[in-house]
Amino acid sequence: MAVEVRLPTVLRQHAGGRSAVIAEGSTIGEVLADLVRSYPGMKGQVLTEDGSLHRFVNVYVDDDDVRYLDQLDTKVADGVTVSILPAVAGG
Amino acid sequence: MLRLPAHVYAEIVGHCLGGLPDEACGLIGGDPATGDVARCYPTRNLAASAKLYTVDPREHLRADRDAESRGFEIIGVFHSHTHTDAYPSPTDIAQAPDPGWHYVLVSLRDTHPTLRSYRVHGEVVDEEPVVVEPQ
Repeated sequence: MAVEVRLPTVLRQHAGGRSAVIAEGSTIGEVLADLVRSYPGMKGQVLTEDGSLHRFVNVYVDDDDVRYLDQLDTKVADGVTVSILPAVAGG
Repeated sequence: MLRLPAHVYAEIVGHCLGGLPDEACGLIGGDPATGDVARCYPTRNLAASAKLYTVDPREHLRADRDAESRGFEIIGVFHSHTHTDAYPSPTDIAQAPDPGWHYVLVSLRDTHPTLRSYRVHGEVVDEEPVVVEPQ
């Protein structure tokens, strides 16, 4: 299914400046893989080389952080919004 | 340049003082084109540490949506250094997510808090002027 993926400013440059795009998949992992296929400039910024979620981003299904759900196996239903935001941390 | 309304400046410094002895953090919302700050979003420091901070991801999402609903964007982050200068640490620089963001540091080392702001491009750190606007 197709879902809306909202992008943080730092990734918009790889999607023609758009703040939201459409990607396909039935899990978060599939949606993010489809996103990177469509916008290869995001490679390495959303998923790591081994295919896991990059520690510098947070991904949400509607209001929920997928790290507290089933991570990349989190199911996405019709009509949900997937949001990507930078993980903000430091020392 | 970062333009902070006086009440936002006070809110940022107050949140940092309130977080002692740990570091405190939050997000700032405003106009990415001009650096005019409209409001700040104090958040929890999930790291609960005097040396590290992590903005609560759920509070970040709420702040992002609130900013968008008001017609501006999250344009940066602030956090405190409890015992060191108001200058980005190596950890701050390594984890700076966005070269377009403003990185605001509040040092609480001395009696009077010191607030400074930076842009971070890769490993290059540039300080920028901070103007506190009277209300």
